Amino acid sequence: MSIISSLESVGEYALLLKRVLTPPDRFSQFMKEFQKGVYALGVSSIWIVVIISFFIGAVIVLQIALNIDSPMLPSFTVGVVSREIILLEFSSTIMCLILSGKVGSNIASELGSMRITEQIDALEIMGVNSANYLILPKIAAFVVFMPVLVIFSMFTGLFGGYIICMVLGTPSVETYVYGIQAFFNESFVWYSIAKSMLFGFIISSVAAYFGYTASGGALEVGEASTRSVVMNSILILASDLVFTQLAMG
Amino acid sequence: MIEVRNLVKEFDGTMVLKNIDATFQKGVVNIIIGKSGSGKTVMLKCLVGLIQPTSGEILYDGRNLTTMRSGEIRRLRRDIGMLFQGAALFDSLTVLENVMFPLDMFSRKNRRERRKRAEFCLERVDMLQAANLLPSEISGGMKKRAAIARAIVLNPRYLFCDEPNSGLDPKTSQVIDELISDITTDFDITTIVVSHDMNSVINIGDNVIFLNEGIKEWEGSKSQVMDADNEKLNDFVFASDLFRKIKVAEEIISEEEKGG
Ligand SMILES: Nc1ncnc2c1ncn2[C@@H]1O[C@H](COP(=O)(O)OP(=O)(O)O)[C@@H](O)[C@H]1O
Ligand SMILES: [Mg+2]
Repeated sequence: MSIISSLESVGEYALLLKRVLTPPDRFSQFMKEFQKGVYALGVSSIWIVVIISFFIGAVIVLQIALNIDSPMLPSFTVGVVSREIILLEFSSTIMCLILSGKVGSNIASELGSMRITEQIDALEIMGVNSANYLILPKIAAFVVFMPVLVIFSMFTGLFGGYIICMVLGTPSVETYVYGIQAFFNESFVWYSIAKSMLFGFIISSVAAYFGYTASGGALEVGEASTRSVVMNSILILASDLVFTQLAMG
Repeated sequence: MIEVRNLVKEFDGTMVLKNIDATFQKGVVNIIIGKSGSGKTVMLKCLVGLIQPTSGEILYDGRNLTTMRSGEIRRLRRDIGMLFQGAALFDSLTVLENVMFPLDMFSRKNRRERRKRAEFCLERVDMLQAANLLPSEISGGMKKRAAIARAIVLNPRYLFCDEPNSGLDPKTSQVIDELISDITTDFDITTIVVSHDMNSVINIGDNVIFLNEGIKEWEGSKSQVMDADNEKLNDFVFASDLFRKIKVAEEIISEEEKGG
């Protein structure tokens, strides 16, 4: 991609957002689409979040337990460090990377196929602001549901660690539970939730941009969906860096 | 009535529509015909504002589309019904929900009245029996009929159809053509159909415009289209063997009538 065409895309994305972020034509229709979005993008993602968080939580605790097995450190350190990693980075950034694959490609392919089968033109011809009608409920649903996913991820991640301690016995379950409560800073949870809501906005709006502007046939819709996942992964990692620097630095 | 004045559309320097002037009257079926690639779809999309023309005017009963702001265009579009080439039904909604959609979006009627209106339109296109099916569960012809019902549900003043017969068998094509023609006269609306199907022209083309390479070559009625002395139009009309034979048969009959 040349610099000019990337800049053009950024401009197009901004113009699309301007059309998206307006009050809905009919609030009842918005709510209907919003509910669909909560289910299709949020509720249906719970299982993947739970499964992945459980295993990654377990692996994090396992790795840390094996690597800081030192008489210099109190054994509850494993709990403290694992908690910080799970709360601060895993349950927001890594989980959003995974969701950008699932939710991002879902949004991009749905909008892309509506574009190439002229369903978006049909909305426009009826006098509906199609960008607002189709995209706003998806962004809103995903961003609003994000904290639920993050909290699920935090708990199942820590639970995965708990199970590992039960199996391994070092550190003991009691030490681990003590560790994950020690020096607890509640603001980290809020920080993580805020960050993931930002990522939720990026994932859904960028995927919507790629889908909404797709053209051609089924092949191009697939390409749009792939490009949206690649772009989202880069944007999430880059904005994680910026966000962390701003909030913690 | 829709008037087009000096309509030009260029894509990256190539002219696709070349200074087109046309008038589409109310209550009759206007058909734009031409070979594939002659600019029919581009013209239709310019007319409804899905493509911005390079220059020219498009007047909807005197209101100029090309100078309207987006809010005005959206209000105008509530008077427009359009039948897309692939029907463009929303695939997550049932046939009935599709037809109710414009009402849900814009009508102040209550739910029961909206449903009644949608069912009336479905009845009109003989699709009531399929009201609760999804678009993926019905045939191409049924999709077109459902899409017509959706296009007329808000009582449009203007109806646009892009290739209403493409992908349909001759019998179903005729049903769709007649439906378009009946709706046009019953509701007294301005209808513009884009087609490359000579059968439609002969069936329902009250006013026929022939586009060739972006130029309006010829204009007339369905009764004149076979006897026109325009070479390019003749090439188009008599590309089909059937129409060549009809022409020959007609000439023989008229010879005999003269002779007898
Ligand atoms: N978006 C576009 N960009 C560039 N060229 C286009 C575009 N849309 C149509 N064209 C060109 O305009 C010409 C007319 O196309 P079209 O109106 O689709 O033909 P048809 O009469 O078959 O409907 C074609 O040569 C096509 O390549
Ligand atoms: Mg066409």
